[in-house]
Formats: sequence, structure tokens, C-alpha cells
Amino acid sequence: MDNVATHGSAHGHAHDHHEHHELGFWRKYVFSVDHKVIGIQYAITALCFLLFGFSLMMMMRWQLAYPGAPIPLIGNLFGPDKAPGGVMLPEFYNMLGAMHGTIMVFLGVVPLAVGGFGNFVMPLQIGAPDMAFPKLNMMSYWVYFCGGVTMLVSFFMPQGAAQSGWTSYPPLSVINQGGQTLWLIGMVFLITSSLLGSVNFIVTIVQLRAKGLSFMRMPFFVWAQFVTSFLLLLAFPPLEAAGVLQLMDKLAGTSFFLPSGLVVANQVVTGVTGVAEGATRAGGGNPILWQHLFWFLAHPEVYVLILPAMGIIAEVIANNTRKPLWGYRALVYAVGFLGFMSFIVWAHHMFMTGMGTTMSAFFQTTTMIISIPSVVILTALLLSLWGGSIRYTTPMLFALAFLPMFGIGGLTGLPLGLAPSDIHLHDTYYVIGHFHYVVAPGTIFALFAGIYHWFPKATGRKMNEMLGKIHFWGSFVCINTVFMPMFAQGLAGMNRRMYDGGGMYDHNKVVLGHLLGHAITPVSLNIVIGFGAWGLGLFQLPFIINFFSSIKWGKAVNQNPWEATTLEWAAPSPPGHGNFLTEPIVYRGPYEYSVPGAPSDFTPQFEPERA
Amino acid sequence: MDMNIPYTVEERPDTGLYNGKLGVWLFLASEVMLFGALFSAYIILRSGSVEWPHGELSIPFGTANTFILIGSSVTMVMAWASLKLNQWSRHKLFLGLTLLLSAAFLVNKYFEYSEHLSKGEGPWHSTFFGLYWTLTGLHGLHILGGMTVMLYLLGPGAKLHKTNPEQFTNRVEVTGLYWHFVDLVWIFLFPILYLL
Repeated sequence: MDNVATHGSAHGHAHDHHEHHELGFWRKYVFSVDHKVIGIQYAITALCFLLFGFSLMMMMRWQLAYPGAPIPLIGNLFGPDKAPGGVMLPEFYNMLGAMHGTIMVFLGVVPLAVGGFGNFVMPLQIGAPDMAFPKLNMMSYWVYFCGGVTMLVSFFMPQGAAQSGWTSYPPLSVINQGGQTLWLIGMVFLITSSLLGSVNFIVTIVQLRAKGLSFMRMPFFVWAQFVTSFLLLLAFPPLEAAGVLQLMDKLAGTSFFLPSGLVVANQVVTGVTGVAEGATRAGGGNPILWQHLFWFLAHPEVYVLILPAMGIIAEVIANNTRKPLWGYRALVYAVGFLGFMSFIVWAHHMFMTGMGTTMSAFFQTTTMIISIPSVVILTALLLSLWGGSIRYTTPMLFALAFLPMFGIGGLTGLPLGLAPSDIHLHDTYYVIGHFHYVVAPGTIFALFAGIYHWFPKATGRKMNEMLGKIHFWGSFVCINTVFMPMFAQGLAGMNRRMYDGGGMYDHNKVVLGHLLGHAITPVSLNIVIGFGAWGLGLFQLPFIINFFSSIKWGKAVNQNPWEATTLEWAAPSPPGHGNFLTEPIVYRGPYEYSVPGAPSDFTPQFEPERA
Repeated sequence: MDMNIPYTVEERPDTGLYNGKLGVWLFLASEVMLFGALFSAYIILRSGSVEWPHGELSIPFGTANTFILIGSSVTMVMAWASLKLNQWSRHKLFLGLTLLLSAAFLVNKYFEYSEHLSKGEGPWHSTFFGLYWTLTGLHGLHILGGMTVMLYLLGPGAKLHKTNPEQFTNRVEVTGLYWHFVDLVWIFLFPILYLL
């Protein structure tokens, strides 16, 4: 194990020259079939999209905090049809909103959590030489890339990007002449990419586990990826179907989602655009059908966002508490049950559609049931801290923050899962606050934890702890400044899609007046949130600097710098093509920390039993 | 270093599967969800409609296509079985027949489509025709996809038979799995569009 540090630093210079590899630059770094390179490609592309999607939000936050004021510095870049004089038009605001959601979910978080971490870490953790289908893996990435390009290109089309929210509810999305068509085409790319990826993940986990690695010896991260892949595999096709149907509505003049006698701007909608110009709309469609198909994907999608994050947190917590995960089996059963239940809760997004009390009763019951495995997982992770000698490394700080942040996100979801309280809270800022607590300080913090945790495996170098801690504390304070006030705004009834920041709610001083004093209104909170958002942007700078400088100047470390037990730490850092120098064999469970009588406080899975 | 992925050809003892077979079964599971969603859309749109047209499609054409596809499934199995029996020329014959039958299916479909178009019965005509075009169109794309794979197996892909006959046989087997699924989708499409 000792000679690995030299191996790592030797590799650090390897990419300066073409060395004695048969593969050229293009096959090695661009069209690579190596799961680690593909994972890094996914991760870097997704991080860029996260930054881009966040930038859209920072501009929207300016408009909400100071409605009608020109956007500072960059306002003049957008031209008169989007922001005349630097002042954002409502249509442009809608584009930013729709694309922020789409980009963050489908191009940022999922590709980073599944495509990035899943690809890079999972095959290493199960002791596989690569994914089961390496070429398919490369294809997944490039199809995802095409989807991302399609989404970006839509901003530059004459009519701009999609404007109907990330949920794209018809009839609005069908009637609106924005970039909805390109949005749908982009989605078909992204769905296809996810499908190919999920098939590859499941086959890899089932078929390529190393000798001795039974299912119950798999690290929890692998379990989380396994369940996530099933969700992607089975939940995404209905959205693909819905996308095809909406594309037909847009291009071929069908009326799947357009009811008869639909009136827009005092005119009955009869015209058809696309191939059948001049024909009349048949009508007879059902807008609610889209919502059913959309949420049948989009609810499991929530778990696609959160399960890999939980997997990362489990790895980081076990490693930094130096003790086994509390309730490994319970965690595994809970994650499986969660995956199953996530398919039968979707209509809790639709209590306002008038689908009837029987349906509402069913879906609120399943929604309350699904909170049980979530609480099991969170509790097990929390109890894992008990009695541990915790190492407060940067990844651990992010993991520790994840627990209460995800807790807030989850608990604030309960009133939304019950029809009576949801009717008041639906489509308010309360909803925005709720799901952002799950995804932003929840999932994205977990993803940061994962980046700091596995960076040494990918590069052979550690990221800087000081910059990491600045990044963590700054982000932690700012992100709560952004999302906590939204609960108050939402409880005061503020609608989530107000272009002017909800000026019409300004009379509603009483609600918050009792809480916070009369100077603060739901609308003035927008300024607080704005500064939180811009501050959050600022505090990503230490991360970006840290990320790039550590690749070259980070502290060189051996192959197992965190003294961890799982298989990925048996491979060199960075692992070469084919991953392991000798075929790994697994002798025990994944979290054998502080075993009484063992020579060190960690007993890796790959270390043979002493005689 | 030349790296080999385990179980691309041989079966993993504890799962009894080679990678490709499991992959195709999973892919088909996602396809079930895709067509399942479309069939659900059909049910919801139809049950919410005021009236539903009957007898708009030619039953003889549809019946003929049903038998053509069932026949192609049979020849597909024969193509795989011939490989297992080491009868290379019979394999070529049956795979070619499968390809021919699927082409016949599409030719039939072409005549059906052009007749409806000439009568103005495009997807915009009614919810029924919207569904007809969407469902059969998507199914037709699946046929085309299957034909592409078969063409590959008959043409450039056939070389693999010389170097690794077992892997080639596996490829024909999973192509067959996919092909039976495409056939099965049509078995559902035929009654809900032509008969009911």
C-alpha cells in the first residue's frame, strides 16, 4: 500500500505527454468507454449546468427583489426582445423559470448524482473492471450531451426557450408559441440517455459484483444506485410517452391534451400549427392526462434525486464516524420499499385538479406511508453518529448539514401530502421552499460531500480543507437565507409564479407582522432572499478555485486517504483502465470500522482474514 | 492492457444470465412502461369521449399484418434454433425470411397510411386517428429498429459467427426477445384499434 503515493504523483504528470498508451487523446478523454472518464465527463458537464441553471435563478431573484429595475452589469446583453433597457420582460422571466427547473433537475442534479457518481464510484465499489456495456455507457453520455445542447440552443431561437414551467402543463404549453417543441425534443434525448444508463447500471450491479460480494455486503451507495436505476428504468418511459403525445399536439395537430371549446384570449382554439396547417383542431383531449403521465415520472424522479444523495451520505458518515452504519439491513429494506412506494404516490401533486375525494384519500394515504421509509433512513443515518469519534472533514460537514436540511425538507412535505392543507399551500412559495430544502441543501450538499470525498480517488490528490470549509459555511448560511423565508411567504399565500414578486400580496402585512415585526412583509422578504442567492453564488467561488487548483496542486495522497473500508479504495488513485491491479475479493461487509481486536480502526472489505 | 468484461458471453453461475440477456429484459420492461402509458392514455381518452368511431380501419389489412408478424416471430425462433443446431445456411434463410416478413408488414402499413391520408384522416382528424397514428407510428419505428439489427446480423455482423459463434448466437437470441415483444405490442394494438 505504501508505494501508491508515488504511483499517484507519477500519474499526475501523465496527461502532459501522450505516454505509452495506445489510445489517442480523443479516445481517452472525449469518446472514452472507460466508466471513470465517462463519470467525470458527466460530473463536469452537470456541474456546469448547475452553475448555469443557478445563474438563471440569480437573475430572476433580481427581478423579484427589485421589480422593473434594470438587471445590473449584464442587463444589456439580452437584447430588446427579452430585456429592453435591461428590464426583464415577463416572457423572459417565464423562460428563465421553466429552464431553471428543467436544467437543475434533468441536466444538473440527476446527471451528477447518477451519471457522475454512479458511473465513477459504483463499478469500483462492486469490484468490476468497468460497466457491463462500456459502449452503451459512452452513448448515454453523448445522448445526454445532445439533450443539453438542444435545451441551450432553445434560448437562441427566435421565440426563445420554453415558458410553461418545468412541468409543461397543457393547454398552456401546447398553445404557447415558445421553445416548447425544442424542450420536448431535448427531453426525449435526456430520457433516452437515462434509460440506457439505468439498464447498464442494473446489469452491472447484478452481473459484475466481485467474488464474495453478496447483495447484503454491498455498500449502501450501491443499493441506492440500484433502486434509483429501477426508478429511472420504469418511471421515465411514461414521460417519454407523454412527450411524444405533446409533440404530436404541437406538430401534427392532434388534441390529446386540448379539450373541446378551449378559449384563449376570447377566441376558441381551432387552428392547427405544424404539418397540418389549415386543418381544424378536433378537441376532445384531456389536459389532466398530461399531469398524470408527467407526475408518474416526476414523483419517482424526486427519489431519483434523493436516493443517490442518501447513498453518498451513508458512505461519508460511516467513514467519518469510524463506526458501522446503524441498521444497514433496515436501510436496505427501507430504500427498496421507498422505491416501490414512489410509483403510487404521484397524484398528491394533483389535489387541486378535482379528481375526487376517493382518489385524494388513496394518494394521501400512500404519501403518508412513503414518509415511513424516508424517516427510517434519516433516523438510521442520524443514529449512526451516536458514540462515533467524528472526523470533521469537509465532506463530513456537508453530510452533517444534509441531515437537518433534508429533515426540514421532508417534514414540510407532510402538509403538502394531505389534501386539506395542500389546498391552501398549493402553488405557493411554501412548495418552492419545501422541495428546494430536499434538493438544494439536501441533495446538492450531499453531492458536494461526494465530490470532496471521492476527489482523491479520481485525481490522487485531496481538495483544500480551508477553502472547503469556507465553501461549506458560506453556502450553509446563504442557502438557509434563501429558502427559510419562503415558508413564511407561502403561508401568507404568495403565489410561486409572480413575475413582479407578488406586489399584490403587500397588503398582507398582518400575517407576518405578528411574527417578525411590521417592517417585514412577504414582498420585502424577496430582498432578503435575493441577497441570500447572490451570496450563495459568491460562496461557490472557493469551490471552483479549489476544484481546479487541487487537480494540479492538491496534496498528493495514497490510495486510501480516508482510511475507508469499501472496494474503491483498493484501486490505485486514479485507477487505470480496468480499475484493479489484482482481482479484488470481498471477505466481509462494507462498514467494518472499529472492530474490537482488529489492528486498526478500519478493516477493509478486500483485506484477507488473518490466520 | 486488454480488458475483458466478465459474462458477456458465458452465464454468471449464480444469476444464470449473460449480460446482454439481462440488459434486453430490462429494456423490454421499460418498453412495457412506454406502451403501457400509451395504452392508458388510450383508455382515458376513450372513456372520456362523447362518441368513438367504429369501423374506420380495414380489418382485412390489419388481420393480414397480424399473421405476417406472428409468422415473423416463428421464423425468428427458427433462425436462433438453427444456430443452436449448427445449421448456418438455414439460419441465414430464416433470418432473411423474418426480414422479408417485417418489410411486408411495413408495405401493408404504407398502403393503409396513404389511403387514410388521401381521405384527410391524418392525426389531426380526431382523437381516434391521433391515437392510431401515434401508436402505430411508434410501433412502426420499433419494426424499423428491429429490421436494422437484423440487417446488421445478416451483413457485417455475421462475421462474428466465425470468431465467436456463441456470442453471435446470443445476439440472435436477444434480437428475438425484442422481436417477440414488438410482435406482442401489435397483438394488443390490433384489437384496440381495428376491432373494438
